[in-house]
Amino acid sequence: MSDALPVTLIGGYLGAGKTTLVNQLLRNAGGLRLAILVNESGALPIDADLIEAEGDDLISIAGGCICCSFGSDLAAALSDMGRMVPRPDHVVIEASGVALPGSIALTVDLLESVRLDGIVVLADGLTIQRQIGDEYIGDTLERQLADADLIVLTKVDLLDVEARSGLQDWMAARFPGKALILAEEGRVPRDLLLGSFAPDRVSSGGAHGDADYASEVYVPARAVDAEGLAQALATGGHGILRAKGFVDDLSGRRALVQVVGQRAEVSFPDQGADPAVVCIGLKGQLDREGLARVFGCG
Amino acid sequence: MSVPVTIYAARKILTMNPSRPEATHVAVREGRILGAGSLEELADWGDYTLDDRFADKVLMPGFVEGHAHTMEGSLWSKVYCGWFDRTDPDGKTWKGLKSIDSVVDRLKEAEAKLEGPDAPLSGWQLDPIYMNNERVSRADLDRVSTTRPIGILHASGHIMNVNSRALELAGLLKTGINNPAIPLGNDGLPTGELKGPEVMAPVGQHVGFERNLMDADEDGLRRFAKLCVRTGTTTITDLASRMDQPTVDMMLRVTGEEDYPARIVPLRFFMGLAPDELITEVKRLRDLSTDRLRMGRIKIVADGSIQGFSARLRWPGYFNGAPNGLWYVAPEQLSDILHGALEADLPVHIHTNGDQATQLVLETMGRALRAHPHPDHRFTLQHCQLADAAQFRTAAKLGMCVNLFANHHFYWGDEHYNLTVGPERATRMNACRTALNSGVPMAIHSDAPVTPLGPLFTAWAAVNRITASGRVQGEEERIGVTEALWAITMGAAYTLHMDGEVGSIETGKRADFAVLEEDPSAVDPADLRDIPVWGTVQGGRVFAAADL
Repeated sequence: MSDALPVTLIGGYLGAGKTTLVNQLLRNAGGLRLAILVNESGALPIDADLIEAEGDDLISIAGGCICCSFGSDLAAALSDMGRMVPRPDHVVIEASGVALPGSIALTVDLLESVRLDGIVVLADGLTIQRQIGDEYIGDTLERQLADADLIVLTKVDLLDVEARSGLQDWMAARFPGKALILAEEGRVPRDLLLGSFAPDRVSSGGAHGDADYASEVYVPARAVDAEGLAQALATGGHGILRAKGFVDDLSGRRALVQVVGQRAEVSFPDQGADPAVVCIGLKGQLDREGLARVFGCG
Repeated sequence: MSVPVTIYAARKILTMNPSRPEATHVAVREGRILGAGSLEELADWGDYTLDDRFADKVLMPGFVEGHAHTMEGSLWSKVYCGWFDRTDPDGKTWKGLKSIDSVVDRLKEAEAKLEGPDAPLSGWQLDPIYMNNERVSRADLDRVSTTRPIGILHASGHIMNVNSRALELAGLLKTGINNPAIPLGNDGLPTGELKGPEVMAPVGQHVGFERNLMDADEDGLRRFAKLCVRTGTTTITDLASRMDQPTVDMMLRVTGEEDYPARIVPLRFFMGLAPDELITEVKRLRDLSTDRLRMGRIKIVADGSIQGFSARLRWPGYFNGAPNGLWYVAPEQLSDILHGALEADLPVHIHTNGDQATQLVLETMGRALRAHPHPDHRFTLQHCQLADAAQFRTAAKLGMCVNLFANHHFYWGDEHYNLTVGPERATRMNACRTALNSGVPMAIHSDAPVTPLGPLFTAWAAVNRITASGRVQGEEERIGVTEALWAITMGAAYTLHMDGEVGSIETGKRADFAVLEEDPSAVDPADLRDIPVWGTVQGGRVFAAADL
């Protein structure tokens, strides 16, 4: 289990900015070998200048990344990724505009060789309110966003401050408790999307936008109930967008705790680093005091 | 030297040519029809051979099936597990299986013929709806074998039952699975039922469903053609093929064989290419067409199925309160394809089951037509099962055709009445009468393998509107025998822009005939489906079902 390949699902309707986000990820991969899987509804979403070589089934991208289309058999494509040499570090699935991420997650969940890291759903900040009211696609968008661990509102740079905060309030009321961030031109820190940081520190892979986020490292004073801790981080209202790190579980084992929005996962890898958990949230929203209490170090 | 003329004598020829509806003889030269009439009228075409092998038969134009899938041919390599009797490509009628025990018994018979202890065993067309929804468990299938993986695909195509060995190979024979599509037994292990393509795929590869079922394989394409001969079908669609180049090459080769008895019309499935690429690709395919492989059409799937609760319905939605279904195309993408196809003059057939999907297509088509006026596009709504009268009127105004799923009404009509859409909408589903009254060009179809290929059965279904439980559901929507026979010949040909070429027996058209033992215009309409089919004549070549 410890070496299961992490998979991040990126969903959202047409025009929400999935392709822009994926290209930003590739430009800021920071040495990570990303495998981008796209479904089959359209043209490959990779910016031309990133492409090194194009084969029938696979596109090679600068920095050791790849992109391929999974057609009707995502399970087979994911299994292939797990067997690839060298193996990718992280798989990113870009879902089609009408796909329900929850359905795709069913496939990912089934495979031993991969691990669903999180579901990120994008919404076009300029159109989401109108689209959710649309008689044809409204309920589809609503279901997509309801599946999200992390909602990314895009194109918000085109909104004034008042409109932005109005939109955020509207989304918060519509999708209560969902982790929500704003992104300009697809810029979301890579660590936030992929959890691709060492569990005791945050890298600066996604340079842009970092100013909006705060991160804090907590070292629990003693062994904890890892499951309980993970749940508390995910649903305790501490402003956590993502958390990752090791703790000593009450069972005596070292546990890896990973949180994306309200998704919490605990695993027990063969090798674990020293206890320490990185928590990332929006600046001003990360509840440092509450978290210190949760970790028993406050 | 003159080209030989053959004149076939028949008990009766129903031409579907309104200006000469019946004849006793038809003259054929170079695979085409010189004319239908009396022997005296035809004799003057020149030296002829009088062929009276059909002297006691009734000839109709070869039937045209406007919505089927060559996949039916591929599925017959697997064990038939359906509720209804069904005839295979070799003419053997497999009895419908009425209990799980009988399914297990048939699988055991097939298992005994397999070599090696671990070769997979696969079956198809299981439909627990008719068995009071009793669920098949892996324990049931384990009675067949514990060493070989076994998988049975349901008639819906969206559920599969597998045995323990198959779960084991897929790494799923374990506790702790938390997945709504994988029901668990009291022991915490999966029951073996896999509900949905997402969870079927990882197991399917171990039980013989590994290949992309949408595309025919070579043997399947040959078997499919045998079914065509047995049902009187001479032109048939393959209504959603991915059509990669190896598949296209194979289809060109197989259909080009001297004795291939059917004309296949494959429609390119829209997924996999951006709209502009799709248009370019389908134009390319169009130019590769031959007489027996007609490419250059596009298939879009807008929504899912009604019995799977994945069709998109308008208010008030599903009768049992299920949430609305799924889109398989985004409205913008649909629009882009329709615009591009109208401009490029490529026909598009669009699957819409729910009335909301139909409405979206009608509205999108209206806008696309204002941008790209096209006087004769014949874009066709496929299934279009829940359309109401207003939608049929709009379809007529837009120049669209409909191909209604008459067979579905028989197989699932009761289910729709009781569960999915309730009595009123179930009663007007596949509203053939309303469609014709509204002036929409109409065909009716089997969607084989979803229901068995058989245009006479399909005509029977539209004429009688009887459901599997024996009720007449929606007698106001019944159509006459003549109208139904038109729908399975000229009606379907029209939706393919082939009505000038096939669909009736008249001068200049392809010599495609359905050779029947009885006269469909004379039998009791309740017996239409029971008319024996002797075989076909396709492009002037004679194919006897008994010789296949």
